[in-house]
Amino acid sequence: MAYAEQGEVIAEFVDTTKRFGKVLAADRLNLRIGKGEFLSFLGPSGCGKTTALRMLAGFEAPTEGRILIDGQDIGAEPAHRRPVNMVFQHYALFPHMTVAENVGYGLRQRRPKLAKDDIAARVARALDTVRLGDFGPRRIWEMSGGQQQRVALARAIVNEPKILLLDEPMAALDAKLRAEMQMELLSLQRKLGITFILVTHDQQEALSMSDRICIMGKSRIAQIGTPRELYDRPANRYVADFVGRANILPGTVTRNIGEHALVRLASNHDVVVEAPRPVNPGDKVDIAIRPEGLRLGASAEPGLPDITATVARMTFLGEHVEYLLRHPDLGELQVMVPRQAERALPGVDVGTQLHILWDQGNGLILGQD
Amino acid sequence: MTKARARWLLLGPAGLWYAALLVLPLAVVLVYSLGERAPAGGYAPALTLAQYANLGSRWTAFQNTLVLAPVGTLAALLIAYPLAYFLAVKSNPRWRTALLVLVIVPFWTSILIRSYAWIFLLGGRGIPALLADLGLGDIRLINTPFAVLVGIVYGYLPLMVFPIYVSLERLDKRLLEASSDLGAPPWRSFLQVTLPLSLPGVATGSMLVFILLMGEYLIPQMLGGGKVFFVGNALVDLFLQSRNWAFGSAMAVTLVAVMLVTVTLYMRFLSRIGAARDDVGLM
Ligand SMILES: Nc1ncnc2c1ncn2[C@@H]1O[C@H](COP(=O)(O)OP(=O)(O)O)[C@@H](O)[C@H]1O
Ligand SMILES: [Mg+2]
Repeated sequence: MAYAEQGEVIAEFVDTTKRFGKVLAADRLNLRIGKGEFLSFLGPSGCGKTTALRMLAGFEAPTEGRILIDGQDIGAEPAHRRPVNMVFQHYALFPHMTVAENVGYGLRQRRPKLAKDDIAARVARALDTVRLGDFGPRRIWEMSGGQQQRVALARAIVNEPKILLLDEPMAALDAKLRAEMQMELLSLQRKLGITFILVTHDQQEALSMSDRICIMGKSRIAQIGTPRELYDRPANRYVADFVGRANILPGTVTRNIGEHALVRLASNHDVVVEAPRPVNPGDKVDIAIRPEGLRLGASAEPGLPDITATVARMTFLGEHVEYLLRHPDLGELQVMVPRQAERALPGVDVGTQLHILWDQGNGLILGQD
Repeated sequence: MTKARARWLLLGPAGLWYAALLVLPLAVVLVYSLGERAPAGGYAPALTLAQYANLGSRWTAFQNTLVLAPVGTLAALLIAYPLAYFLAVKSNPRWRTALLVLVIVPFWTSILIRSYAWIFLLGGRGIPALLADLGLGDIRLINTPFAVLVGIVYGYLPLMVFPIYVSLERLDKRLLEASSDLGAPPWRSFLQVTLPLSLPGVATGSMLVFILLMGEYLIPQMLGGGKVFFVGNALVDLFLQSRNWAFGSAMAVTLVAVMLVTVTLYMRFLSRIGAARDDVGLM
């Protein structure tokens, strides 16, 4: 896996800002994209993901800031001269051309011209890659949604772009096909070694496919990191909420312990949590703890704060059971209990009082949004 | 309701309409065309091809029609396409409706009145006088084929603009982004994407204008001053002035036949372009 911090940089946003009239669609984006990397833009609808992608493709010009590809400022290059290709959200296949003609379109634009046999051979290879070998002579409207998506993919990769841009390519597919395509896309990326930039609002998709994820919120980059980094160390409340689920609790720092801190919760319990940023005693902070970072017990454990709460709901999820508990001072807390661990809690039902066990070092202090 | 019943209900009105107003009159004209002129004018029954043999005497009318109708259609197309393109693609959407209304504003007054305006514009005291003042010599415009051409292009332009506008307006703009993303500069995107996808509009517009031009008589009458006349003018003359209904009918039948042939050829040509779009794509 290639990361911009270590490997070669293929593209870079430098304070890139885009305004549509009064609408600020991209606000000072700063981002380096590594060669061969699979990077996702993840965020809710309208947060500026597509705009970022379109600026890279050359369909929108940044209002301020720059965009570099291979170290060159490509601000003035029109889309047709950029070494990137895009898989459009609704594919944008040419309805008056066959599948093969669609795929060969980019090759036919090359100057000096490529030989016809050469084009035909490359088109055939690209169609094979997306497992549409026999579909070349078909018309676009004869293809299903999933097949059209492969055609769009073949039409882009046949040009061997430096960067492949994908704007919610799986949004129109049903769940099963989507999962299949995700795996295929990933293995294709590994095989071709092309940098992929994927735009998605589906966190599962981003988590399972990306080397790194760029979380977007309100036209800004909220955090960039590997899926694990984002999950384990969300920088702020927004990211903690958006990636996976988290209990977020306010508290006051009472003591620094190296990389950790002792924090007093609203219920006057003291917990030891990670402190990714320097904090001082007396600071008001937000703490995030994942539902699987807490345990439940029939009795308190020595050395841990004794947080007693009432079971409000239990949701059976197969491997896990999700408990929702209510505490008079802390509000609602989610706890994910493995089936195995649940055996130690016989006779528990809605209304039962249980002890929430917060192991030292679980949870972390969030940064400001 | 059965399917057959539904079909008859749907097609019935139009079917009756066509039978009463198209097939029947055509049949009458066909029968008349095989007859003779009654001594006092009108129709006398007979079974002869004499009227058809005599068509040569009206050759000029056919010649004018067969030259000016296609040329007029082509000229209208060449003027209408850029206009439709501007309206559909380049104009500010806020003004688009207003601009479209401007295109059809001429239709709000009768073509007769508008043609009078052109008589003045092209006549001795109109544009030629202006040109003379500019020292461009003595140019005659009125009563020339050029005047007729100007008149028909002017009169039929909206019929060409609208179908092309609609096909361009419907064109998915993302296709042009895709084309550009794949390396085509704007003019090649136009040739490979916009133009082929707007051909249906071009076909509809050309067909409409061409068919109407083949039957035109008012504009040649007014701007051609009897010197540049179409088959339509000859028909008016034959039916209303010389009252030679048989000969007039033979001419009408021939016009319909010519139209059928040219329209068929044109359709063939278009479907060939359609089939050759692959080659267009290969440019
Ligand atoms: N061409 C445009 N004109 C005006 N506003 C736009 C345009 N494109 C995007 N926007 C606005 O910019 C913001 C970001 O849009 P977009 O990048 O499409 O978001 P996303 O892809 O994350 O859903 C939205 O508020 C959207 O309405
Ligand atoms: Mg989007």
